[in-house]
Amino acid sequence: MTRKQRRGILIGSSVLVLAVAAILTMFALKDSIVFFHTPSDLAEKKVQSGQRIRLGGLVADGSVKRGGGTDVEFAVTDTIKTVAVSYRGVLPDLFREGQGVVAEGVLEPGGHFKADTVLAKHDENYMPPEVADSLKAKGVKLGEGATHPGAGNK
Amino acid sequence: MIVEFGHFALVLAVLVAVYQMIVPAVGAWRGDGRLMQSGDAAALTQVMLLAIAFAALTQAYVVSDFSVANVVANSHSTKPLIYRISGVWGNHEGSMLLWVLILAIFGAAVAVFGSNLPATLRANVLSVQASIAVAFGLFILFTSNPFERLSPAPFDGRGLNPILQDPALAFHPPFLYAGYVGFSMAFSFAIAALMEGRIDAAWARWVRPWTLAAWMCLTLGIAMGSWWAYYELGWGGWWFWDPVENASFMPWLAGTALLHSALVMEKREALKVWTILLAILTFSLSLLGTFLVRSGVLTSVHAFAVDPARGVVILGIMVLFVGGSLLLFGLRAADLKQGGLFAPISREGSLVLNNILLTVSCATVLVGTLYPLALESVTGEKISVGAPFFNLTFVPLMIPLLVALPFGPFLAWKRGDLYGAAQRLTFAAVAALVVAIATVAVYQRGPWLAPPAMGLGVFVMAGAILELAYRGKVGQVSWDEAWRRLTNLPRSVYGTTIAHFGVGLMVLGITATSAYRHETVVALKPGETVAVSGYVLEYKGARSSKGPNYVEETGELAVTRDGAPVTVLYPSKRLYDAPPQPTTEAGIHNSWRGDLYVALGDAQDAGGFAMRIYFNPLVRFIWIGALIMFIGGGISLSDRRLRVGAPVRARRREQGAAA
Repeated sequence: MTRKQRRGILIGSSVLVLAVAAILTMFALKDSIVFFHTPSDLAEKKVQSGQRIRLGGLVADGSVKRGGGTDVEFAVTDTIKTVAVSYRGVLPDLFREGQGVVAEGVLEPGGHFKADTVLAKHDENYMPPEVADSLKAKGVKLGEGATHPGAGNK
Repeated sequence: MIVEFGHFALVLAVLVAVYQMIVPAVGAWRGDGRLMQSGDAAALTQVMLLAIAFAALTQAYVVSDFSVANVVANSHSTKPLIYRISGVWGNHEGSMLLWVLILAIFGAAVAVFGSNLPATLRANVLSVQASIAVAFGLFILFTSNPFERLSPAPFDGRGLNPILQDPALAFHPPFLYAGYVGFSMAFSFAIAALMEGRIDAAWARWVRPWTLAAWMCLTLGIAMGSWWAYYELGWGGWWFWDPVENASFMPWLAGTALLHSALVMEKREALKVWTILLAILTFSLSLLGTFLVRSGVLTSVHAFAVDPARGVVILGIMVLFVGGSLLLFGLRAADLKQGGLFAPISREGSLVLNNILLTVSCATVLVGTLYPLALESVTGEKISVGAPFFNLTFVPLMIPLLVALPFGPFLAWKRGDLYGAAQRLTFAAVAALVVAIATVAVYQRGPWLAPPAMGLGVFVMAGAILELAYRGKVGQVSWDEAWRRLTNLPRSVYGTTIAHFGVGLMVLGITATSAYRHETVVALKPGETVAVSGYVLEYKGARSSKGPNYVEETGELAVTRDGAPVTVLYPSKRLYDAPPQPTTEAGIHNSWRGDLYVALGDAQDAGGFAMRIYFNPLVRFIWIGALIMFIGGGISLSDRRLRVGAPVRARRREQGAAA
């Protein structure tokens, strides 16, 4: 085997692996990413039901119904629009009314959101940046420390 | 006073680093031995000053000096001593100080152990190492100074986030940083080699142990973080493909590739340019990891201090170092002479395949981590890239890697015999097949890919052992002879075998727990039972108690299996005093079959608790596998050949004897 052929095999196999990876990545980016929306976005952008999304906002005051079995209900609000969410499971430690939350799941016909994952952030005064950003964009005034979690962690 | 002393020491350390950045390199350029030598003293002074600074900060934490802003923000007088100490690096400022301290320790190691290095190479390495120290030292002093005072001093601190008050997490950052920063050695050596336009096998012999040590620390650090997330976050998961996790995983992947390519360079003087590039990329990914974690540009399930100004500075440092080093690489790489021809089927060939797959898989992780950022800045759309993306891209690339892994060590350098290697692996393939079939028989459900993946794990493990047996000619020669051969094998061979065995074990754990985990959410009143994966759990009730800095509500669940008592689990929910924050402490029963995992949820109106109960089969194999990889690395590191300088000194002695 000549030097040239050897190099050819080397380059060929690298290109092959890269090409496979690129194709896989493109497919994955098309199908397995999840878009983030606020309750207002859901109304404005007419997100179709059945699509998997992340819903972010604040947990609406007085909306949480828990303690009655394994199903939990609450509402996510950006203070303009509010979406009712149901979730079967155990809520994260930092989940509470008035705090930022991200729920991942499916929007059902009729505008009800069925979450299978609920994320609340670890830090007390932390708000998920995407929630903070979109709330700010909507003109919601945030409490001190909400957009700037400051020193506190890790 | 001690705090000011520490602050002063830090300033001095940065000044010394500036000296160390400039003078030895000038010495190397001018051929001035004295200037080059002064770099050693500078490196030692720098590490001592940083140690003083770090000790001063630690002291402030230990005695709870609340006139220091950093202590106020992250500590509390009621916190146990170990968490007051771990609190030093449990925050942004302190962890950056630890970062530069570790950097300086590595630099000092070159000064102390590098007497056998060519003088110019050593001088240049110290200069490059110091340039990183200067950048990060200035970063600390100007944007994240841990020594800032607060006046008036508050009565007590704000406390460390309680989920970080945990033994595994106390030591997770130091190991992670030792890994991140350890790759700076490979980087500094690569840049020094490019500056000189010369590189040889001795270079690789030097770089490999440092890379290995860094890789070991990173492996353990990541495993600790994963273990912590598993039992502390109450989700029962061990890896979330979270951007912050990916930030540490990318340097690990690149570092693993570097470890293998440096081997080729050391043994065969091939892949020189590639190894240099990989050394640069690995450290660049470490810097990227630091940037992602410290700047908070990414949303993460983990919480981190976020400050855009700091992010911009770290981004600047990163662009400077990555851009500068790649530019230098582009200018000088062509000067490096290539050597060591090899056939595609050979040990070198297999290591090249390893490198291609590892770096490409690392690239997919990079894309998945940065794509949301890029998309948001271009279109404003916010997306999240999670497990489904990585299952579709990263996992398929790992499969050929794992299939090829056992073949590598069986192939000879230069030109290997693939058919012969396959023959020697017959037993491993049979074992894999048996396990795959057994998996189907036992579970009869789950994804179709899981049984072959279980087989693959066994294939890797058995292949590692077979390689050892082959080298000892077990079965071909008498037992005594085989024993003699085995005991005479270099430790690096054992290191390889053990590390590869750990990889196989980890594959088993990952596959079993991903494919066959059982999850159920129930609400139980006292006296009620639930059955999970062959266990019956009876909820007995809950009681409240008080810990050193928290109040706790603990549930009691009696676990039986076929009527026989197995254990009693005590999952709990804690509410910490400072900061007032709840945490979940899972109750976990561990057996070889897997983990029974119970996390308490909400208290129920009608009495009792909602609970999340998992059975995670073989989940411990994941961390045991990582630990075995760490041990394998350690054994390899203790190999005589790698013990720094050994070959050179022996040669010198011979020359001395001849004279």
